[in-house]
Amino acid sequence: MSVELDIKLKRGSFELSAKLQAPAGLTVIFGPSGSGKTTLLRAVAGLNLPHQGTIHIDGSDMSVTPPYMRSVGYVFQDARLLPHLDIAGNLDFPKKMGRNVSAEERSEVIELLELGPLLGRAVQDLSGGEAQRVSLGRALLSAPKCLCMDEPLSALDHGLRQRILPFLERLRDQTRIPIIYVTHDASEMARLADHIVLMQNGQTVMSGPASEILSNPAVVPILGVRAAGTVISVKTLGLDSETGLAAVAFSGGRLLLPDTSHIVGRDIRLRIAAQDIVLAKGRPRALSALNILKGTITGFHRGQNSGVMVQFKVGDTVFLARVTAYSAEKMGLVLSQKIFAIVKASAFDPAGIGT
Amino acid sequence: MSWMSLTTAEVQAIALSFWVALGAVFFSLPLATFVAFVLARYSFWGHGLLNAIVHLPLVMPPVVTGYLLLVLFGRKGTFGPLFEVLGIQIAFTSVGAAVAAGVMAFPLIVRSIRMAFEAIDPRLEEAGATLGGKPSSVFVFITLPLIGPGLLAGAVVGFAKALGEFGATITFVSNIPGETQTIASAIYALLQVPGEEAAVVRMISFSILLSFGALLMSEMLARRMRRS
Repeated sequence: MSVELDIKLKRGSFELSAKLQAPAGLTVIFGPSGSGKTTLLRAVAGLNLPHQGTIHIDGSDMSVTPPYMRSVGYVFQDARLLPHLDIAGNLDFPKKMGRNVSAEERSEVIELLELGPLLGRAVQDLSGGEAQRVSLGRALLSAPKCLCMDEPLSALDHGLRQRILPFLERLRDQTRIPIIYVTHDASEMARLADHIVLMQNGQTVMSGPASEILSNPAVVPILGVRAAGTVISVKTLGLDSETGLAAVAFSGGRLLLPDTSHIVGRDIRLRIAAQDIVLAKGRPRALSALNILKGTITGFHRGQNSGVMVQFKVGDTVFLARVTAYSAEKMGLVLSQKIFAIVKASAFDPAGIGT
Repeated sequence: MSWMSLTTAEVQAIALSFWVALGAVFFSLPLATFVAFVLARYSFWGHGLLNAIVHLPLVMPPVVTGYLLLVLFGRKGTFGPLFEVLGIQIAFTSVGAAVAAGVMAFPLIVRSIRMAFEAIDPRLEEAGATLGGKPSSVFVFITLPLIGPGLLAGAVVGFAKALGEFGATITFVSNIPGETQTIASAIYALLQVPGEEAAVVRMISFSILLSFGALLMSEMLARRMRRS
């Protein structure tokens, strides 16, 4: 199943011009607020109608199909649960509307999102996080061919987000339908995305696999300097006896992290922000940082300010480091140069560590 | 016969008022719901005009409303002959009393339902559509349950208003005991006769009690609606 879209849409003075391909897996639409992410997502669900173009969902053009006939599940920023029904009533609403949902699927979704204890509760008695989980479950129980999520975590505080993210990861890994996920939070994107579509001023400007997009220095102006960085897939090796830290392996070597789970052999995704990497020409000695990687410079991107993004490769893995233009010049950094990258173990953002 | 017991004529007037008010509410409720929906949800040319027409019976002298009803539905009125062909006479009958009461109660019913439509979140209906609800299903399974308390409150307040309607009723259907004499017009008739003070007090007490009860009930429903 997939979603393919190529539309133009006008709303007042705002013009959206978007191309998108969302295969199975999770596609993040990322961009600053006002860039048209939500407008695009609503067009997929039929809540906004494009004035030109096509929207193929699972092979058939649905650009003028009304929303109730599209089978696109939609999780809104606010959970939008129906207040006159209890939680079970909300979950069963799509079935009441004629969607084909089996009892098996129902119990699967209830188990996946741990909704069992909530079923008899009233909508008013749920916390924000619980409401959003119910909303997600309700969308999944509408027999969707595609799932749209519009910043589903933005209304929640940091702690709740951390509790819901694992549910989203589980969902991403267990479902075969495309999930289109709108966010302006870089760590959320890094943690969840299989594919990324970047938007700016009402246009989709770049798209591709997450690892490729995130390590591309040209993307930095869109992501913002603070959000720039790479996501690498690593395997947990367990506790390192010498340092007491958790060791993980990736294609280019080994890293030590403060506190991930010590299960051996688990695949996790690690986000390393460009600003948390320091570069050195020779191998540094007598340094408090434990993670020192040897790499080769593969690209530069000069920002508007005094910063330069340096792209380098360690093994097959691409990293980004942010240095000042002054340092880059003083160090005489050039393409293909061998370089040492220092990553502080404490730099790993727990929000950026996921499965 | 004790001071408190009602005469046959009084019981008849109370029973008739009850049926007239019930009929008035029953028949104006669907139209009021439709008008309230249109006023709450759509902006169009003539929105203000429609709103004004709906509210006219609230501010016009009731005798004017009664007269207009005569012009429209009297035996020689615009639509009178049409109904006569169908075997229905409206002016000077209990059906006419219900029509007059319904017209007078209409603005209050519309106001209450419109407020309910405006209080609900249209984004819930949008969510309903993404869950597979076609527009009619969304209206029946989301919108109607959500405006339910407002609908009930409108019905109760309309019922109370219809129960007490006097001016338009007496103009349109006169004051015929057993046919069109409601509580209000019975009180009016009793006031014209010397020595009927006890009867007047009985009917007035009854009328106050009914109105008070209806208002309390509608207030209760409105509070429930705000809470949810």
